[in-house]
Amino acid sequence: MKKFLFLNPIVFLMFFLLFGCFGLKKSPEDFLIIQNKGSDTLVNLAQVWAENYGRINSKVAISVSGGGSGTGIAALINNQVDIANSSRSIKEEESKKAEQNSGKKVTEYVVALDALSVFVHPSNPLQGLSRTELACIFGSEGNCDNWSQIRNTVVPGCKNNKIIRVSRMSNSGTYQYFLERVIGKKKDMRLGSMDLNGSKESIDLVQNTPCAIGYTGMGYINDHIKALCVTWDEGGPCIPPTLENAMNKTYPITRELFMYTLGEAEGEVKKYLEWIKGIDATKLVIKMGYIPSPAYWSIEDVNRLKAQTQGQKL
Amino acid sequence: MMGKVIEEEKRQLSDYIKHYRPKQILRDRIMESIIFLGGLSAVIFTIGIFLFVIKEAWPFLSSRFSLMEFLTNIEWYPVSNVSVRYGAKALFVGTAAVTIGSMVLAIPVGIGTAIFISEFCGPKFKEVAKILIELLASIPSVVWGFIAVMVMNPFIINVLHEPVGLNVFNASIILALMSIPMIVSIGEDALRSVPDTYREAAESLGATRLEVVIRVIIPAAKNGLIAAILLGVGRAVGETMAVLMATGHSVAIPDSIFSPVRTLTATVAAEMGEAPKGSEHYQTLFTIGLSLLLITFSINFISDILLRKSWKRK
Amino acid sequence: MSSFKSTELLKSKVSKQKWVESILLVTTFALFIPVAAIFLILLIKGYPAINLNFIFAGPSNGMTEGGIFPAIVGTFWLIFLSLFFTCPLGILAALYLNEYARDNTFTRIINLAIINLAGVPSIVYSLFGLGAFVLFLKMGTSILSASLTLSVMNLPVIITSTRESLLAVPKSFREACWNVGASKWQTLWYVVLPNSLPGILTGVIFSVSRAAGETAAILFTGVAFYLPFLPESIFDQCMALSMHLYTISTQVVGVPESYTFGTALVLIGLVLIVNTLSIVVRSYYRSHRKW
Repeated sequence: MKKFLFLNPIVFLMFFLLFGCFGLKKSPEDFLIIQNKGSDTLVNLAQVWAENYGRINSKVAISVSGGGSGTGIAALINNQVDIANSSRSIKEEESKKAEQNSGKKVTEYVVALDALSVFVHPSNPLQGLSRTELACIFGSEGNCDNWSQIRNTVVPGCKNNKIIRVSRMSNSGTYQYFLERVIGKKKDMRLGSMDLNGSKESIDLVQNTPCAIGYTGMGYINDHIKALCVTWDEGGPCIPPTLENAMNKTYPITRELFMYTLGEAEGEVKKYLEWIKGIDATKLVIKMGYIPSPAYWSIEDVNRLKAQTQGQKL
Repeated sequence: MMGKVIEEEKRQLSDYIKHYRPKQILRDRIMESIIFLGGLSAVIFTIGIFLFVIKEAWPFLSSRFSLMEFLTNIEWYPVSNVSVRYGAKALFVGTAAVTIGSMVLAIPVGIGTAIFISEFCGPKFKEVAKILIELLASIPSVVWGFIAVMVMNPFIINVLHEPVGLNVFNASIILALMSIPMIVSIGEDALRSVPDTYREAAESLGATRLEVVIRVIIPAAKNGLIAAILLGVGRAVGETMAVLMATGHSVAIPDSIFSPVRTLTATVAAEMGEAPKGSEHYQTLFTIGLSLLLITFSINFISDILLRKSWKRK
Repeated sequence: MSSFKSTELLKSKVSKQKWVESILLVTTFALFIPVAAIFLILLIKGYPAINLNFIFAGPSNGMTEGGIFPAIVGTFWLIFLSLFFTCPLGILAALYLNEYARDNTFTRIINLAIINLAGVPSIVYSLFGLGAFVLFLKMGTSILSASLTLSVMNLPVIITSTRESLLAVPKSFREACWNVGASKWQTLWYVVLPNSLPGILTGVIFSVSRAAGETAAILFTGVAFYLPFLPESIFDQCMALSMHLYTISTQVVGVPESYTFGTALVLIGLVLIVNTLSIVVRSYYRSHRKW
């Protein structure tokens, strides 16, 4: 066996790494874990909140996972999480089920607003789209496959002028909200779109693809893609997705983001939810590109906070 | 003196027979049954996999499932406010498209490489080539997916001027590179298992190396080579993360190699996280898992028979 | 050879062979160009991100800055725990097949099962793990479920490599041992296993690299998007390098390119180091064999 002695250092190193990790952890009596799960729209924000909250309150560690609003609410129903994130409001049967399982009523917290913006490649000459045009592009009853069908647009650099629809996975809250709000409640999306898993994927794809059109949370819009304004009613104004328009709800594709708990939040969970309403968490909301809940903040407040956070690190 | 030694030996022997031998036998029996259980584990897990996948899919299979709809309908609407439809035709076609695409590339290169390192090159080169192929095989599939997104995608858009970089072509190349190591190593085994007497006999008749390979070795190793290809196909059908990231994820029948598609595996990976446990959607995804299991099982079964045939001759 | 005349036919045959040979050489090399290119790209783009902070800090600023330490730790947890389950089981199974099993239908069924396990898609393993460990055995999404899933997936790897190394131990070793009165198990324990240990180790190391890189199988069984703390027990969830690479390259917006490439580089570096180790062990063992 002697000849394999040379392996020992490696084995030691591996064990050292593993047990070194044990040394780094906090001991379980020291802190409480808050389980937080759900909407992929909210997951980035929830993660930043968790990270910052952990810095000011060392007694609590918040674990965040995504998976979609449905997953979060399902986990809440099964009492597997403390807080469920959702980008849609809970359905009646879901809250009933949760009450049956746990005996507690589900409590709703509006933690932020999210506006969906429709975006295209910067070389696309379009500035805005109407609701009917969006339905024609994305809806199952529409037939817009070519950019020339939309206001005779010709997109430079786009082969065959074909529209490439970038959508999201059918369970994502973003998909469902876009479908219900823009296409219609009792409608389907047209098949054949690229159904991507995450916002980053959609944005990366559109910024590389002149033919493409996609939709995503307003917070993710960057300089490499062009957000379009949306005309909701025929003949109405084309409303650009901005903070002001979203907060005063003139931008039509705006939704509330929720956190749900079983019963009234208590103890550390309650403290955390209170902190989320506060100024530090709100700065993070703005920084991440979401919109603070108008229930707690006015547009002036938000603009002031926005000026403050400019150039600041999280 | 002599008698004493013999007495001592006799005593030891009876001691051995009385005390030690039974213990030895007992320990052997115990270990044998433990080892037998270990041997059984592979069978237990195989049955377990089938059982649990069928168990989770069963409520759907026994009620709403229709094989016709599943295989021939293109409409995959697992979540819909209109009506849920589970037509997986596009997913099967997508899987077939990337598998065929990858095999067009992987079979010639894989079998060619196997022939080259088994029949033509020197031992030094062979050693190096085999190590390199092993390293190629060890690249994790998520890294392949990452390469598809970050390297292949811009390459296809900028160099080939196709509108979308995530498509059948991209996934085929990635899958080909992933399944080539398997084809090479099993193909090389098959070629090596052709007895040297075959080569010697053919060469003594005046055949050149090439003639030996084409007329003698390849026909003799035919079964093994087909098995190698089949296992490569199995690998391509079952691959998940790389195709999830590389195919573009679009439920549509591809009309060119540059169309985005969606595969069976990617659908399960992308949608399972958001399907509530026990829902019909969840059961449908398990049904897809079951079809994958059946496909790979039959591929493995056939290639096992072929490999067994080629060993028998040896 | 000198007595043969080089005919036109032979010449054309030889030149044809030269052609084919060079085409095959080109295909073989063609295989290595993309590999080399991939490593180069990962190295060039990922290297700037790698520093001590990247390795030993947690992700911060919405996963766009900081490091990947929790993911590395999670990956190690999964590797070790899955080895803990697979190794004994895989070695026992190989011992049975190689030393005890007779050539009958039952053995053939076991063999078929192993081959089948080796070919099951990793996403199906994930479904199995979800159905069996997470839900049926109520382990929840945890490191335990994830590593059990990984260990079932790695079982055929360990069985196959152990069998090969057991086969390589000459029959005469066993016979010599039986002749001095050792029982079958003693023979295995004192002679066969020690002599095949390096080969077994090769398989084990190889399965480490599989466990490190696997994503699909742990997708529904035990990995989390983000955890601010390191896992402390096998019932916690964990982050994993492979999953982290997937999330930051598809879901998190605003991650700098070097950060994702750095993560990919660390992952592939880990896998390659482990694999090279297994190749070194194997070649060392081959050249220092006792027989």
